[in-house]
Amino acid sequence: MLQNDLGRKLWIAALLAPALVIVLLFVIVPIASAFLYAFYSWRGLARADFIGLENFRLVLFGEPFGTWTFNALRNNLIVFTSLMVVQNGTAFLIAFVLLKSLPGHRFHQVAIFLPVILSSVIVGAMWKLFLNPFFGLVNQGLIAVGLQSWAQPWLGQPQTALGSIIFVNAWHWVGFPALLFLAGMQRISKDVIDAARLDGAGDMALMRHVIWPLVAPATTVVVILTFIGSMNWFEMPFVMAGIDGTPAGATDVLGLYFYRTAFGSATGGLQDFGRASALAVLMFLVIAIVSVFWTRALRRRELPE
Amino acid sequence: MTHTINRRTALTALGAAGAALATGIRPAAAQSTELSFWTWRQEDRTQYAELFGMFTRDNPGIRFAFQGFEPQNYGTALSTALAAGRGPDVIHIRAYGGLEQFSKAGYLEPLSPQTVPELANYTPSALASVTDRSDRKPYAVPFASQTLGIFYNRDVLSRNGVQPPETWDQLIAACKALKDKGVIPLANGMATAFMAEIFTAALTLPLHGKAFNDDLVAGKATFEDPRYVGALAKLLELREYMPPGFTGIDYPTMQQLFLSGRAAMFVGGSFEIANFRRQNANLPMEFMAPPAPTAGAPRLVPVFYDGGYAVNAKSDKKEAALKLIRFFSTPAFGNKFTELLGNISPIAGVRIADPMLARVAELNKTSGDHITLVHFRYQSPTGSELLTAGVQKLMGGSATPAQVAKEVTDGIATYHAPFRRG
Repeated sequence: MLQNDLGRKLWIAALLAPALVIVLLFVIVPIASAFLYAFYSWRGLARADFIGLENFRLVLFGEPFGTWTFNALRNNLIVFTSLMVVQNGTAFLIAFVLLKSLPGHRFHQVAIFLPVILSSVIVGAMWKLFLNPFFGLVNQGLIAVGLQSWAQPWLGQPQTALGSIIFVNAWHWVGFPALLFLAGMQRISKDVIDAARLDGAGDMALMRHVIWPLVAPATTVVVILTFIGSMNWFEMPFVMAGIDGTPAGATDVLGLYFYRTAFGSATGGLQDFGRASALAVLMFLVIAIVSVFWTRALRRRELPE
Repeated sequence: MTHTINRRTALTALGAAGAALATGIRPAAAQSTELSFWTWRQEDRTQYAELFGMFTRDNPGIRFAFQGFEPQNYGTALSTALAAGRGPDVIHIRAYGGLEQFSKAGYLEPLSPQTVPELANYTPSALASVTDRSDRKPYAVPFASQTLGIFYNRDVLSRNGVQPPETWDQLIAACKALKDKGVIPLANGMATAFMAEIFTAALTLPLHGKAFNDDLVAGKATFEDPRYVGALAKLLELREYMPPGFTGIDYPTMQQLFLSGRAAMFVGGSFEIANFRRQNANLPMEFMAPPAPTAGAPRLVPVFYDGGYAVNAKSDKKEAALKLIRFFSTPAFGNKFTELLGNISPIAGVRIADPMLARVAELNKTSGDHITLVHFRYQSPTGSELLTAGVQKLMGGSATPAQVAKEVTDGIATYHAPFRRG
């Protein structure tokens, strides 16, 4: 019996080993090496001396790097809050409308999800053309309907650049949280909704007091995924505003800033793996810590199954 | 019959043996060294094939593997390959600080007059662009000089009765006349960061003059010098002559505005010549020096070197690679390079047949350094990064010239002692 038990354990270990090796090799080792690199100075592209926390000091408090870091972090947080409101708020409403199974809801379900399957690079490049101040569809359209004064260099001014990219991101991704919310809503027992209706609940009351609390598990997933996505935001600002966070850092986020620091830029930025690794470590810590705490807090909201 | 067949068989066998011998011998005789060459100039593949052809005629044993990369990703691809102990045998490398970060890491083979006697074919300023300042050794041979100035559309100007401007006031008057006729005077926008720096460098050099450059390099002045702040302030006068929404106009859009004739002028670098011609062979374009502050003052053009050809220190074909680098430094190569690629080779004694390139070479006689690139791109934050963000703010109206000058100075002062106050 004992031998049988040992054999079983060995068998399980053997089954787990390949996956563990892959995770170790491709996840744990790179993260650990980024931690290690962050404590060294770099002579060009070669690792030089151990310098303790100097890279972290530079990235957080050295000028102008500290200002750049906090500017990028602030933009990441703006992206997160805006996406929560614009993208996920819209997604919730869309899901609610789709739930009502109005005529044509199947078509709309597909139509809303369609942009999600497009590549971010294609969506970004397409919207960059739409937003071109000179040839772009958006400004041309505004001019055509007599709204000349509304025509803006959307991606060229600090007041509108980040907002424009957030809008495009929301357009691109809104289908995904909508689908998650819809799935959450469809899991709610019909009896609960019917009971609420019998008690005289209108759409607003039903949404606030019944559906919103009952889709808590979907909300947890959406919030955490949006947070991680916003903190790691890269493709959309890279395609639409370039690696420098043009104009003058208005669209700079930690992902772009990290990439520029690690690999340099055509604008004359030099490579520094030390500072870049320190940035990566900080990003990792912020995302990991916030995600863990947030998941716990949001899970508490969820009703037991 | 049998006899014939036998003879024929024997002959065939002999022939086959001969062929086998020949194929066996051929690779041995050719040594078949394959040199890999990486570049961010992927569009130059056919021209490089011809340039390599010139080399292989005299060195039949060497073949080439050309690999082009997207310019934005070239640094990433190259540095990761070199860090892994691989990478190409011959490397197209950027100049100044862009070269130093590779040479400092020991990835490039140092060159000397012993290994590459042809280093004598370059001027000191050309060699300085590929020299590591810490050990004063060149690590590449420079490949092209670039000149900044203004492109203009001859037909658009003459159709609107405008003469190519020679002074700043004439530039403003020309812009006004063009705008009144419904033409966009300047194609330039600010949305592509590196073009913001080029725009600034091209127009400010004649305004602040060479003496400022000398003082800056000698540590006797900072970017907050009134000469530089004054030059930045002048740029603001151009805002109304740039395309509508110019803060959001990116590099491809500004190129298209000029190439389509919708904009009359384009502030840029001589590296555009070949590209513009490729896109619109009939474009009646000319290249001129930026305007002088006053009549009679020199119209200085900013000049810099684009980069060079380096040998990978870990290459196991160093001898062949060095042979190629030496060939890349000969006037014969320089002539062909200039002819094929429309860039000015910095090799002494190069003949320039193309009239526009000859004019650029002539303008180079009244030139100064592209100051942020040539002198302040060695440490982070680089002068280029700081200036780019500053100029985007300046032209967008969210910073004054003095604020931009202060930001650039303060950023560089973090590692450059002469810029520190008191």
